[in-house]
Amino acid sequence: MKTVQVQAKIISNKRFKENYWHLEFESAIIAKNALPGQFVNIKVGKGLEPLLRRPISIHAVGGVKVKLFYQAVGIGTQILSQRKSGELLDIIGALGSGFNYHRMAQAKKVENILVAGGMGVAPLFFLAQRLASPRMGSALPRAFRPRSLRRCAARNDTIVLIGAKTKKQVLCEQEFKKLGCTLKLATDDGSLGFKGKVTDLLKDILDQHKPAGLFSCGPHSMLKVVSEIARENKINAQLSLEEHMACGLGACLGCAVSTKGGYKRVCKDGPVFSSEELIW
Amino acid sequence: MVGPAKSNLSISIGNLNLKNPVMVASGTFGYAEEFKDFMDLTKLGAIVTKTITLKARHGNLAPRTCETPAGMLNSIGLENPGIDKFIQDKLPFLKKLAIPVIVSIAAEESPDEFIALVKQLDKLDEVSAIELNISCPNLQKDKLISQDAQDTFALVSAVRKLTRKCLITKLSPNVISIAEIALAAQNAGSDAVALINTLGGMSIDVHKRIPRLGAWVGGLSGPAIRPVAVKMVWEAYNKIKIPIIGMGGIMDTESALEFFIAGATAISVGTANFINPRVSLEIICGLKQYLADNSIQNLSNLTGRLKACKD
Repeated sequence: MKTVQVQAKIISNKRFKENYWHLEFESAIIAKNALPGQFVNIKVGKGLEPLLRRPISIHAVGGVKVKLFYQAVGIGTQILSQRKSGELLDIIGALGSGFNYHRMAQAKKVENILVAGGMGVAPLFFLAQRLASPRMGSALPRAFRPRSLRRCAARNDTIVLIGAKTKKQVLCEQEFKKLGCTLKLATDDGSLGFKGKVTDLLKDILDQHKPAGLFSCGPHSMLKVVSEIARENKINAQLSLEEHMACGLGACLGCAVSTKGGYKRVCKDGPVFSSEELIW
Repeated sequence: MVGPAKSNLSISIGNLNLKNPVMVASGTFGYAEEFKDFMDLTKLGAIVTKTITLKARHGNLAPRTCETPAGMLNSIGLENPGIDKFIQDKLPFLKKLAIPVIVSIAAEESPDEFIALVKQLDKLDEVSAIELNISCPNLQKDKLISQDAQDTFALVSAVRKLTRKCLITKLSPNVISIAEIALAAQNAGSDAVALINTLGGMSIDVHKRIPRLGAWVGGLSGPAIRPVAVKMVWEAYNKIKIPIIGMGGIMDTESALEFFIAGATAISVGTANFINPRVSLEIICGLKQYLADNSIQNLSNLTGRLKACKD
């Protein structure tokens, strides 16, 4: 699949709440090729400040539109938040490996668990979108899709666990609900949902039954716990990692992560890695 | 050979003839395959590979890069698959491009590793030139070979005896006199010098009070170092006769031109590849335009043509 560098038109760039933003841009080729878990690398401004592109995960795709969900925290994302609709944005994408969810289409169990911490909802929503839509298992002709999967279009078997510090940082819960996902929330202070860690919710669910797939994105410390829980339950989790990137193309070897197969590149070999291969 | 185009970008470095003087710097372009989706690679003057060592190297601890004002620090630590895997897995793609391939090499422990590497590369027709990276700041060494004129002379002399291929010596800017080191490389038989490698640097997260790089210190690149690089090219040009490949923060045609005027015969684009993968091809077009606009027939007529301020 070809990766492209495009000057994409910004359709909208709106504050969602506080410093959380939604940006939608138009690129037929990126929209067509993008897989859940992949990211785009954006030159946010024209000058030297910041110098490098900013990698941002793909939040959703619809038609020729690609949607990003980001938090304006550093200089790069702050400049991005100032860009206006109608302007052109220099974007490279789609980059990296996606979540491997097609494999699940052949499994008997179609239930998937998505575990998000904070902004980790961003790439997981795109995954939920694909899991919920008939495009799931698009690798297989419809007639070959298991009966359970055909039913899936009508009944969403995805369980989404979202964790955050407080109620204010719980993101995207309405969007996941609209897709028909089963939602469970956890906050550190108990201001919304379960009081405690989202990983505690995961433990409880896994005690009851094993899912077809376990996918997670969030802070490093959370992913480490998800990885441990997956190992205890003898299942594999697909984890989306974050790391400083210089090129995003697999050339500079800057975004190295330690795996059983040696250092791998978060930008190219990842950002999605199997919990079984990562060394924490 | 003068091409059909009105402006001639072709240059020579030792026995290496390039159709244009724009290369991609070692470590910033992987093994070229990473960039194939974005550009016609065959348009490049030459490709300089990521530095290869005798044995595979895992590289340094993360984080390995950090952004700084108009630049970036890196402490990759020469991660590479080793010479045998490079020849087996990476070189075939480069060979297919049919453009000059310059293989960058380094030693981890002993300078003898250079000898073994050069012996192996000398046999390969698809290798057009060898770049001796004696200036990588990320190997946790107290002193680099290129920080000492005598060490530079000794290493280049030893390698020179082993190959007739074009030899390029890449120099560190972290020295008292770049001209002195460049002269040592020339006297030892190097066909060209490439300068500059990265400047030693460090950045600190004041909230956590920790270094921003896993290896604590690294090499600074990008437009922030360009004035340092231009000055060093100019200093070396005034002292040596062999061609200079200039690099350090080249972002566009104008910054590339600074290097030619200061004394470079060719240039390398480094950090800019990360930001705009197509920038090298844009610079090639821009150079042609500049020559046409200024009625200069050959690019080589621009090298070192710096005028005094009062002219």
